[in-house]
Amino acid sequence: MARMEALAPQTAAGTEPAVVRLNRVAKTYRSGAIDVAALKGISLQIPSNRFSVVIGASGSGKTTLLNLIGCIDTPSSGTVEVCGQNIDELGDDSVSDFRARNIGFIFQTFSLIPVLSAYENVEYPLLLVGMPVAERRQRALAMLEAVGLAAQARQRPNQLSGGQRQRVAIARALVKGPQLVLADEPTANLDSATGASIIELMRRVQEQSRTTFIFATHDPQLMSHADEIFAIRDGELIDHRSGGTQ
Amino acid sequence: MKMLLKIAFRNLLRNLRRSTMTGSAVAAGALAMLLFGGFVSYIFAGLETNNVQRIGHLTVFRDGYFLLGAGNPAAYGIDHYQDVMKLIERDAVVGPMIQVITPTQSLVGIAGNFSGQIEASKTFLGVGLIPSERDRMRQWDEFGASRPYAPDSRLSDGDPSRGLVGVGLARVLGLCAPLGLPNCPPLRAPSASNDKAPAVKQDIADLALHDPAAPDSSRQPRIDLLAATAGGAPNVVSLAVSGSEPQGVKELDDNYVAMHLALAQQLVYGRGEHKVTGIVLQLRRSEDLPAARARLAAIFKQNHLELEVRDFGELTPFYGQVVQMFSSIFMFIAMVMGVIVLFAVINTMTMNVMERTNEIGTIRAMGLRRSGIRAQFIVEGALIGAIGATIGAGLAYLIAALINHAGLTWIPPGNASAVPLRLDVAGRPLLVIGAWLGLALVATFAALLPSNRAARLPVVDALRHV
Repeated sequence: MARMEALAPQTAAGTEPAVVRLNRVAKTYRSGAIDVAALKGISLQIPSNRFSVVIGASGSGKTTLLNLIGCIDTPSSGTVEVCGQNIDELGDDSVSDFRARNIGFIFQTFSLIPVLSAYENVEYPLLLVGMPVAERRQRALAMLEAVGLAAQARQRPNQLSGGQRQRVAIARALVKGPQLVLADEPTANLDSATGASIIELMRRVQEQSRTTFIFATHDPQLMSHADEIFAIRDGELIDHRSGGTQ
Repeated sequence: MKMLLKIAFRNLLRNLRRSTMTGSAVAAGALAMLLFGGFVSYIFAGLETNNVQRIGHLTVFRDGYFLLGAGNPAAYGIDHYQDVMKLIERDAVVGPMIQVITPTQSLVGIAGNFSGQIEASKTFLGVGLIPSERDRMRQWDEFGASRPYAPDSRLSDGDPSRGLVGVGLARVLGLCAPLGLPNCPPLRAPSASNDKAPAVKQDIADLALHDPAAPDSSRQPRIDLLAATAGGAPNVVSLAVSGSEPQGVKELDDNYVAMHLALAQQLVYGRGEHKVTGIVLQLRRSEDLPAARARLAAIFKQNHLELEVRDFGELTPFYGQVVQMFSSIFMFIAMVMGVIVLFAVINTMTMNVMERTNEIGTIRAMGLRRSGIRAQFIVEGALIGAIGATIGAGLAYLIAALINHAGLTWIPPGNASAVPLRLDVAGRPLLVIGAWLGLALVATFAALLPSNRAARLPVVDALRHV
């Protein structure tokens, strides 16, 4: 799979450094007059090039954890380091630029831009990193081809099935060659057969692109593919099972 | 930028009904501003044309005449006025700008009609002019705001004894029957207790006997004009009234007498040096007025002439008042339209932000900066403004063309006769550009507040929004 040279991870099989380091990260939300602790001092490291899964019951803090790793939320205490960058040190625009270059997102509800075609949705992240038009076109089309949607390039999201939309979302997350892809319940809105094919696709592109995937999920199918499983409950890390590196 | 515009345009189409309603508000604003602006422009052009046809762009007076000359015009005559006119005409700067340059003599006095059964007299405000140059001045129509002018044969360069009076003055002097005027009640007889009137009448009659210009016979009614000469002595001339002319303003209509310059000079200066109170300059183009005025002031200074220059706006304060009034009304309408557009766009963009909160969270997560979100909604506001204003301008052109071809007429303030009613939209590109830009900017400005709110949304909150 194509990847921008400048963004290529400096890793090798078996010696991958941690792409995510969380050190005593806590997150407290204010709900009316009550403080709600979503995460209670979690520390973890996620090596690169892994298919990692965060599991836990609803309200356990999975999504909060993913939001912090994805640099779209800030911890109440502790430090978050992603791709070797301490996120606390970055201002708002720098964090946006950091996300644009290094992190891809796949959402449960696909969250495609409804006024853009499949091709334009995939092209959009490349605009954010200022890629020239010819290279943008080549990459977006190659990515759509890779997820099997070259024929649907001109179709708008409302003309695609749920599985096709999630494929577009996967292409959009991977097109810029990020070091990290975060997916929050990516199969929750899909039937089991479509979900299985999406998991298969993500696993395949992960192996080809050597990108780190981190999922928050309840889906047993997805867990069966995981290299790393982090289990959290009530905002605390209660288990970590590690498979072999690729 | 291309993607920004593409997304903005498609988002407008996504909520087509809402965008159409908001765009319609902008279009209505543009339409109202341009139609009224076109009407106001035409009024200004009509008033300017009317003034320039009557009194030219600029008038040269002797110093002090403008403030004090009304009391005794004869005391403010311009010496050697023909030399002054030559000096102006031959100037390399101002000469080519001039269409007509003509002398004029203002005067005040008493007009009397003591012929036959009628005995009537009244003070008058007179003007002496050269008839052929008056006709040339009345052909000036830089803005196409005037009906074609036919030369007035009632005044003639070759017959200085002929003149015109205001319709009101003609009635007062009992000239209705000979001039064929309508709406003329019979004159009341002079009061018996006024024992001075016969003496005045006799004085005027005696003086008229000494008037060498009085012709022996004429079929036109005649009046006698009494005025004080520059030397203070009374003088009388006889005027053959060849017609009446409505003046639009009753005070002027009741006092107006137009005569040949030679007759006016004879009345005011007698056998002394014939001067004039003013030299009227009509320019080819109104836009040359400031330059011509500045040049004239320089010429007079260089030649040590005690002369001053006034433009038609100063000589007819009514013009300035009308311009100011219509400008204020236009500004008021523009402000009201601006406020309507402002709130319509704020409302639409606020609803757009609310509906697209999750989308905002998604693209922020993908790495779009806050400024990118802000730009997205501002561009949408600007597009609504630009499209609405363009449609409004198009409609304004169309409606103005329909009205202009409908053949409607009206009587503008200060005019005595009807003129075509026109809306000058097509001839005022600055008005169209100004209204278009103004509304597009208001729409853009209106999008600032909602776009700022969208940009400040925390990403996780936006993603959670359903």
